[in-house]
Amino acid sequence: MTTTIEAATAPKRAAKRPEHGPGSRADGWSRRIPLLPALVFTFIVTQLPFVVTIYYSLQSWNLVRPGSRHFVGLSNYAQVFTDSQFRQVMLNTVVLTVGAVLISVALGLLLALMLNRAFPGRGVVRTMLITPFLITPVAAALLWKTTLLDPTYGLVNFVLSPFGAGKTDWISSFPLTAVMMAIVWQWTPFMMLLILAGLQSQPADVLEAAAVDGASTLGIFREVTIPHLRRFIELGIVLGTIYLINVFDQIYMMTQGGPGIASANLPFYIYQRAFLGFDIGQSAAMGVVVAILTTIVATFALRLIFRTFSGKEEAA
Amino acid sequence: MSTSTVAPPAAPTSTSEPTPRKGSGRKVILAVVAWLVGIVFVFPVFWMVLTAFKQEADAYTSPPKLFFAPTLEQFKEVLGSGAGPALLNSLFATVVSTVLVLLLAIPAAFAVSLRPVGKTRDVLFFFISTKMLPVVAAIVPIYVVVNEIHMVDNIWTLVVLYTAMNLPIAIWMMRSFFLEVPGALLEAASIDGASLARTMREVVLPVVSPGIAATALICVIFAWNEFFIAVNLTAAQAGTVPVFLVGFITSEGLYFAKLCAAATLAALPVVIAGWVAQNKLVQGLSFGAVK
Repeated sequence: MTTTIEAATAPKRAAKRPEHGPGSRADGWSRRIPLLPALVFTFIVTQLPFVVTIYYSLQSWNLVRPGSRHFVGLSNYAQVFTDSQFRQVMLNTVVLTVGAVLISVALGLLLALMLNRAFPGRGVVRTMLITPFLITPVAAALLWKTTLLDPTYGLVNFVLSPFGAGKTDWISSFPLTAVMMAIVWQWTPFMMLLILAGLQSQPADVLEAAAVDGASTLGIFREVTIPHLRRFIELGIVLGTIYLINVFDQIYMMTQGGPGIASANLPFYIYQRAFLGFDIGQSAAMGVVVAILTTIVATFALRLIFRTFSGKEEAA
Repeated sequence: MSTSTVAPPAAPTSTSEPTPRKGSGRKVILAVVAWLVGIVFVFPVFWMVLTAFKQEADAYTSPPKLFFAPTLEQFKEVLGSGAGPALLNSLFATVVSTVLVLLLAIPAAFAVSLRPVGKTRDVLFFFISTKMLPVVAAIVPIYVVVNEIHMVDNIWTLVVLYTAMNLPIAIWMMRSFFLEVPGALLEAASIDGASLARTMREVVLPVVSPGIAATALICVIFAWNEFFIAVNLTAAQAGTVPVFLVGFITSEGLYFAKLCAAATLAALPVVIAGWVAQNKLVQGLSFGAVK
């Protein structure tokens, strides 16, 4: 589909340039102008603050002590890297992100395979399954903290009581697990929809040909479906990782990062330093470190996305 | 494709049919399992809505109560304590930011898909890379600047930031929809000497409008549910629904029935929108892979 468009537009462009001679530059601009507002807006709102963050990170600046602001070079960074809490928080971030992404992708894959088959009431089941994704995360987190995970009155312990769960206080005993439960509940539907999209965009003719050739169901699944799904699973992992590194709402609502810093991730820890500790210099330095780390992760992720998308276009 | 995602007409499951027994038996098992899984996933939401209609005494029982005398008391209390303005703030920030996103993203997506310039790939890379930069890494200077220009607790601050938050995803999604516009149609329009505006209006927009709707829905969901930026940059005046929810809990305490009523009100608009426009949701999230 897309290849035909590119094939159709490419010669047109090639033909247009020499034909219009001096007009080609104007043509280039007319192509760029629709892009400019979005580009300029995004640059100003998302990139400039980050440049300012770098500037702040080189200063000692605590809002509680007015007039204390001065240039300190890299000492904020030195403090960040010697801060054992920061290392703990970084580990939490990795555990939470990787755990939540992998579990929701695995569950999403199972649910998608299930929904890809016809059965009575499939539409209703799909509606039920996507609902968690639509719930405001703050409301969802509140729900998990109280009516679901409450040690005495919570549904989870009620359901688990035959298995001897007793009165487990999930939030204080397993804070990171509790947060992860709430996140996985909301993100599994997202992964399911993405993978379902992959399943339904499988070329029917290839599947048919395989069936005619007498390939087994399992064989078709392994040889045709899995390679086709790979792109969609990768896209799910990339998008999930981008969003879940930044998880804040669930931690804020359920555990406040506690007990201690047992369930704090980087965004929450920085928030605490900046808005509760008013330490602008320190929190800015942490922000820069987080940005560098995510950029490293993201560069790999972006390669994957581009391979995924260009692969899609060429294959289509 | 879209028809296949809608529930197919209920397949006959009765075993009296002359269909192979094994296949239909399997189908019944699949249906039962699927329904069970679906119910498990949606149950917390069902429970939230149910609890919202309880008296507090009915909410704190062990084992949990399924049957009780329903009351609207909790909803009255929530609405009486400032939910109204918060709902209006959320509505304003969501709608205005989504409109702005569309105004900026439609021309941009057009430029990167149908009339590509050199370096299109770099431009797309730039947009998506802004999503990878954690908001938390920029929130401090944003707060300082917003404070400096006296825009803290102003709803327009959220509008601008939500626009920036959703724009990259919107451009990426729309690009995939714009790529579906048949090249021959564009060519014909350009041979006819149609202006850019006319080509857009008469050729491109009719083809991509379902994709635009899908993109708008995703933007609405993200904007309505956003909390981090709102909690740091707003207070009593411009607080959105999630901010209100947190404030409500802080002042009223963690009373199950009351907080469930507040959470239900907060989540309801987006849940309904998502249910109604389910196919759009699927289309948007799959970046146009499902039509």
